[in-house]
Amino acid sequence: MQPLVIAKDLVKIYQAGEVEVKALRGVSFEIDSGQFVSFTGPSGSGKTTLLNLIGSLDVQTSGELIVAGQAVNQLNIRQRANFRGNNIGIIFQDFNLIPVLTVRENIEYPLLMVKPTPAAERHKIVSELMEKVGITEQAEKFPNQISGGQKQRVAIARALSTAPKLVLADEPTANLDKATSTRIIDLMKELKNQLGTSFIFSTHDPRVVSHADVIYVLEDGQLQTPTAENTMGHGGSK
Amino acid sequence: MESARIAFRNLYRQKRRTGLTVSIIAFGVVAVILFSSLAGSFKNMMISQITDSMLGHLQVHRSGYVESLDTMPLNMIMEEKHIDQLKKALAEISEIEGYTLRILLGTLLSNYADTTNIKLSAIEPGNEKLVTPLLPGRITQGKFLEKGQILLPNLVARGLDLGVASEVVVIATNVDGSVNGTSLIVSGIVETAVGPSGKYGYIHIDDARELLRMESLQVSEVAIRLKDAEKLTLVMNKLQTALKGITDDKGKPVFEVHPWKALSPFNNIANMIDLMTIFIQVILVTIVLISIMNVMLMAVYERTKEIGTIAAIGTPPSSIMSLFIFEGLFLGIAGAAVGNITGWVLVQAVKAAEMTISFGQSDNILLAPQISLSTMLATTFIVILVTLLGAIEPAYKASQLDPVEALRN
Ligand SMILES: Nc1ncnc2c1ncn2[C@@H]1O[C@H](COP(=O)(O)OP(=O)(O)OP(=O)(O)O)[C@@H](O)[C@H]1O
Ligand SMILES: [Mg+2]
Repeated sequence: MQPLVIAKDLVKIYQAGEVEVKALRGVSFEIDSGQFVSFTGPSGSGKTTLLNLIGSLDVQTSGELIVAGQAVNQLNIRQRANFRGNNIGIIFQDFNLIPVLTVRENIEYPLLMVKPTPAAERHKIVSELMEKVGITEQAEKFPNQISGGQKQRVAIARALSTAPKLVLADEPTANLDKATSTRIIDLMKELKNQLGTSFIFSTHDPRVVSHADVIYVLEDGQLQTPTAENTMGHGGSK
Repeated sequence: MESARIAFRNLYRQKRRTGLTVSIIAFGVVAVILFSSLAGSFKNMMISQITDSMLGHLQVHRSGYVESLDTMPLNMIMEEKHIDQLKKALAEISEIEGYTLRILLGTLLSNYADTTNIKLSAIEPGNEKLVTPLLPGRITQGKFLEKGQILLPNLVARGLDLGVASEVVVIATNVDGSVNGTSLIVSGIVETAVGPSGKYGYIHIDDARELLRMESLQVSEVAIRLKDAEKLTLVMNKLQTALKGITDDKGKPVFEVHPWKALSPFNNIANMIDLMTIFIQVILVTIVLISIMNVMLMAVYERTKEIGTIAAIGTPPSSIMSLFIFEGLFLGIAGAAVGNITGWVLVQAVKAAEMTISFGQSDNILLAPQISLSTMLATTFIVILVTLLGAIEPAYKASQLDPVEALRN
């Protein structure tokens, strides 16, 4: 079976006025379905840039990137929105829930606006997801009425509502305390095991990194040669 | 309609701003409704003052008569056979309520001591009352006209020191150039009205025929009243069509039909009122457009990160656009609704207050503002259309935001 993500010599150059910023300088890797992958590295090393490319929010300057069998740089803006809606769930560092919608409505949102789903099925999916992330009791609350950890649970449920092949999370625990961070990562891992959805997340936090099956270290836009330690979990639990 | 729900919630979230925007739009709508209903009632009132107190809605003359109206020429008058033809044509048109025959004549009026020029309209009293129902109301002293009597305009009565029951002599030159006179009794004093024939005196048409030694029936003008003043153009066209074929020995058309508008300078004022109504509407459109664009651009700017989020999770640009279009639409609908209700209530209040105004010599004319359903619907339609227009640009901007850029916010 083809890997879920194939990256070959990925280069991303930002044009900041006169100055060129080489955010990614030839990155190659493959990620299989059902993996729990972490990209780590110092600030400015290119983690966000890489996740944006994988998530088809942005396109590479050169190199090849195939996600779920699709060369995403060949899609136009509308097609990329559609591609994200069908294949990718996104979790944000600061949760980014829609403030005017309740917890339930936030999780339901993609099933109405992104991947329209019949009401009965929609309600079933939302209830099950709320149960899975442990947020059922907050269902009718608005985002400003719940804690950071609860918000991120809602965000995870929202990302999973369309049953994507891949969930991307850029520093999902950066705004959470240590204990909550660990619980959120555990939850993501558990959901990966239950649903078979692949997760790719970036983080600074070594304690969070240690939960990953596969760990990639970025430095100055390049992948560090994998060490024995950080490939330990490769191909591990599915 | 998830877009509509989110749009509604976003408006609800910004209660103060939403309230302010709705108020601004509503204020504009109220201004339009109040102005057009008041101006409209003022206009209608003035029009009916003019048509109902002297002109009638339509007038028929011999061709060329109106251009030389100042001299009231007796050689440009309709002959008996013309009158028969005209009566036949008028009988065919069901929208006509009635008509009256008039002879207009310039005369000398004497109280045996002093003499003055006076223009007279010689009328059929019964038909005249039907065509110009406000005429009897202009009589301030005495009563309406009978044969052998004269209704004097107040200025002439004052000038010659005449009152009800005074005897006067009227002297006129007939079509052959010979002079004749007759003595008449003043039946009443009539108030002057605004308009070209507002200072005329009135005598009975039979007295005029004797005075002018007319053997057959001849008249200067026929004034016509319609059942519905709004049907003016329709009736005018029908009548013109019916009279088109009637020509004199030289092959020229005998009749000329004029609507009241062509006979009164007041028509310009009426047009100006219409123009001002349009002007107020343009201001309304501008207010709505600017406030909607402003508030929507503000919303897009404030919610950039939210837009980035929903775009990132795959919301198509068209749905993002619809989110903001709905917001604008709701603001427009709410503004139009509040404005229409407030405007309607205010119009009823003005009506209930029975405000009066004076116009020309007549005062205590009741101001009766009317607001038609069609005006309210048209205003609503325009407001909603304009809010949509105002929301399109900000909504499009939102839909085109780059999610990566927007999320950095
Ligand atoms: N839009 C942009 N324009 C110009 N330069 C950019 C842009 N986005 C990122 N960069 C630069 O690209 C490099 C990589 O940035 P990126 O955000 O991917 O790093 P990161 O690993 O996510 O950092 P952090 O841990 O701080 O989030 C940095 O030098 C950054 O300044
Ligand atoms: Mg980053």
